[in-house]
Amino acid sequence: MGQTLAEKLIARAAGQDEVRPGETVTVRVDLAMMHDSGGPRRIGPILERLGAKVWDPDKVVLVSDHWVPAVDPQSAEILDITRRWARENNIKAFYDMVGICHVVLPQGGHLKPGMFVVGGDSHSTTGGAFGCYMFGVGSTDMAGVLVTGETWIRVPESIRIEWTGKLQPGVCAKDINLALCARLGLGGAEYRSVEYTGSLIADMDMEERMTLSNMAAELGAQAGLIAADETTCAWIKETGSDPGDTAPWQSDDDADYFATHTFDAGTLESQVAAPHSPANALPAGEHAGVKIDQAYIGACTGAKLADLRMAAEVLNGRQVASNTRLLVAPASHRDMRQANADGTLTKLMDAGAIMMPTGCGACAGFGGGILAEDEVCISSTSRNFQGRMGAQSSKVYLGSPYCVAAAAVAGEIRDPRDFLSEARKMSNAR
Amino acid sequence: MSNEGGAAWVFGDNIDTDQLAPGSTLKSGIEITASHCLGSLNPDFAEAVQHGDFVVGGRNFGIGSSREQAAQALCHLGVAAVIAPSFGGIFYRNALNFGLLALVCPETGAITQGDRLTINPEKGSVHNLTRDETYTCETVPSHLLEIVNAGGLVPYLEANRR
Repeated sequence: MGQTLAEKLIARAAGQDEVRPGETVTVRVDLAMMHDSGGPRRIGPILERLGAKVWDPDKVVLVSDHWVPAVDPQSAEILDITRRWARENNIKAFYDMVGICHVVLPQGGHLKPGMFVVGGDSHSTTGGAFGCYMFGVGSTDMAGVLVTGETWIRVPESIRIEWTGKLQPGVCAKDINLALCARLGLGGAEYRSVEYTGSLIADMDMEERMTLSNMAAELGAQAGLIAADETTCAWIKETGSDPGDTAPWQSDDDADYFATHTFDAGTLESQVAAPHSPANALPAGEHAGVKIDQAYIGACTGAKLADLRMAAEVLNGRQVASNTRLLVAPASHRDMRQANADGTLTKLMDAGAIMMPTGCGACAGFGGGILAEDEVCISSTSRNFQGRMGAQSSKVYLGSPYCVAAAAVAGEIRDPRDFLSEARKMSNAR
Repeated sequence: MSNEGGAAWVFGDNIDTDQLAPGSTLKSGIEITASHCLGSLNPDFAEAVQHGDFVVGGRNFGIGSSREQAAQALCHLGVAAVIAPSFGGIFYRNALNFGLLALVCPETGAITQGDRLTINPEKGSVHNLTRDETYTCETVPSHLLEIVNAGGLVPYLEANRR
């Protein structure tokens, strides 16, 4: 019997010809990524206690993105510890305040098909968009990796999620994610590895693929993989890296999947998830009229260049409604610079958007832009768990950048198709 | 009533890491985080939970963030084990890494708040003393149980690197 992409990637890291779901194997780690919150401030003391050094500083990527920029003595100290640790441990790939780890990592050319990567953050599933195996771990787990260069993994079963057809104008990968959360349930993948396939995925650019893999985390998937193709290789080459041979990193035709789910993209509408779960997703129109205090475009999920452009398409020539605020925290400095160069930022700011520093921001309630008691927010982020973005009684709706921008203009949730140009509504490809 | 075993603190499905370890507390150290643990669902929990008690959850316990303070907070409060039909994948690893047993048990629906429980992770069983019922749970793989029995991954590495 053949093997799935997930099984092939794990087998290589385990130094075996093959692995089967359910077995627990020890794997060599090709790359370890961590950030300021779960990284040096927690891992440094563990390494000291063990009297251990980083097994290979060239295989570590460190990103300060959670507590940036510092707003109080505690966050300043966390960032200071991070910088000092990077210096003392000779970590060359240290990205300080220039973007969110899951976006900075591929933009820096660190991910290649075939790799086995651990990330100290749950949205590490994002890396799976590049045909490598990447999953999230906690700080102590990461410390174990840094000491030994190894970790363990129970080989997950694989689920294939196939999307065919073309998305309607104003519908995007984020809508797919929310629809999948509603269909499969929050955590519905139950530790299995998800593999996204089909003609729609083949047509998708890398940023949209990253959005898909990103929210495999909300599906409870161990990983969210997309097999590498020419689109993947082109992105990696643009960063100056060599994608290597992608041929080995494809699922076999006779591989065994726990389940295969097939969807037609053409019938998918814009989705909005009501508080307090991404699985509460319904077509955006079903939430129409819900008044919002804050619209937030941010996070690794929803503030990459492609996401900023989606928001700009809706906001172009319009104004954010009075009594509503629109905050935009781009996913990386590179995305911000490119959005500046192509006029996207101007469209956002002319509409009244308030630009924030790049970083995780309000998504996890760490950075600027958190919510007061009873406030209502629509956000392009990935999670709307109770209290995550601020006060316990605040309410967060999740939507695509199109949906967030449309709500910012209307002051209430609306179907974003109402705000697309007539020309775009007629076209059948984003 | 017998005080044998530990008391069950029962929660529902999809208990996420923002309930276990609110983001706003994470820069303040584990004592502060632990004092808010599950507070949005049961304001008495952090103060009233006793050393050796059990947290009983529904499906996907610990789903969400990789923040290991979610598991560490339960350890800090003296919780002996978390028992649930399924766990968030990262939470499960984090729990073992802190020496906190996470037992996969499909029958947690039979347990109600305050029931007295004992566990046998080697045999894969949970005994409900209050109801005199025994539930089956998955056994923890032996090498992971070694990590738990060592008190977590750090003490385990300490012992095994010498």
